Amino acid sequence: MARVVVDVMLKPEILDPQGQAVANALPRLGVTDISSVRIGRRIEIEFAGEPNLETAREIADKLLANPVIEDFQIHLDDTVAEGV
Amino acid sequence: MRIGVVTFPGSLDDGDAARAARIAGADVVRLWHGDPGLQGVDAVVLPGGFSYGDALRAGAIARFAPVMETVADAARGGLPVLGICNGFQVLCEAHLLPGALTRNQHLHFRNRDQFLRVESASTAWTNQFTEGQEILIPVKNGEGCFVADERTLDQLEAEGRVVARYTRGNPNGSQRDIAAITNEAGNVVGIMPHPEHAVEALTGPSLDGLGFFTSVLRALAGASAGGQLAGGHH
Repeated sequence: MARVVVDVMLKPEILDPQGQAVANALPRLGVTDISSVRIGRRIEIEFAGEPNLETAREIADKLLANPVIEDFQIHLDDTVAEGV
Repeated sequence: MRIGVVTFPGSLDDGDAARAARIAGADVVRLWHGDPGLQGVDAVVLPGGFSYGDALRAGAIARFAPVMETVADAARGGLPVLGICNGFQVLCEAHLLPGALTRNQHLHFRNRDQFLRVESASTAWTNQFTEGQEILIPVKNGEGCFVADERTLDQLEAEGRVVARYTRGNPNGSQRDIAAITNEAGNVVGIMPHPEHAVEALTGPSLDGLGFFTSVLRALAGASAGGQLAGGHH
């Protein structure tokens, strides 16, 4: 089993009202030293055989992220491969 | 004239869109997301709702539906296409229109009657309006905040491709109060509010929505008479 992780984040210039709502709720937890919260999405892709980063990149570019508003980063999660 | 109305899993307003097209005088053909055939329709409406449960992003999965491949090709060839609400999101995801629709700035779902100012009467879907005309149709969305980079926004303005703007209050934080835009050729229009809900006195706040559907019939009549599309921008 091999896993590729795709992290999708809103571009810095795109407003993140969800993150703002979370940041605004933090004082209710007694936390006051946070200046910003931004929320993204983590997607885990399991390959049947060898992980293919190029394929993962294509999936991310065409479907997982919308390039108009989002950036993405891809990395291999080798912690799962160890256990097999 | 035959107007096709697409149904995706999770579409909600396909019935109202079909009804509006029928009231405007069109023959309506119901199209199914899994069938790439357009059955020879003269125009297509992508309705509101939550296609594929808004999984990933609104419109992101619908873009890859078999019917959308055909619709996208036909749209690039001049077929009039109107995307309403979720349909607008699908058109942006399919790169048939620029920009994206994101979570409402205030995070609340907004459902109310909304005034718009028609900014362009030279699209296939708005030729029955006059520029500057104020209309009243329902808006109902959670992810209707139109965003694009400044260059794209400036380009839309410069090319007269902002089709309608919110007036008397912006319901979702859309940049430059944009409620509807069109592509370069003027045949593809995306609009966040719902013209199909404003076609009958019994159920709508006005009859203003009917103009979108009578516009496309007019454009199609002009196209068959003149041999070319009546759309286009100035």
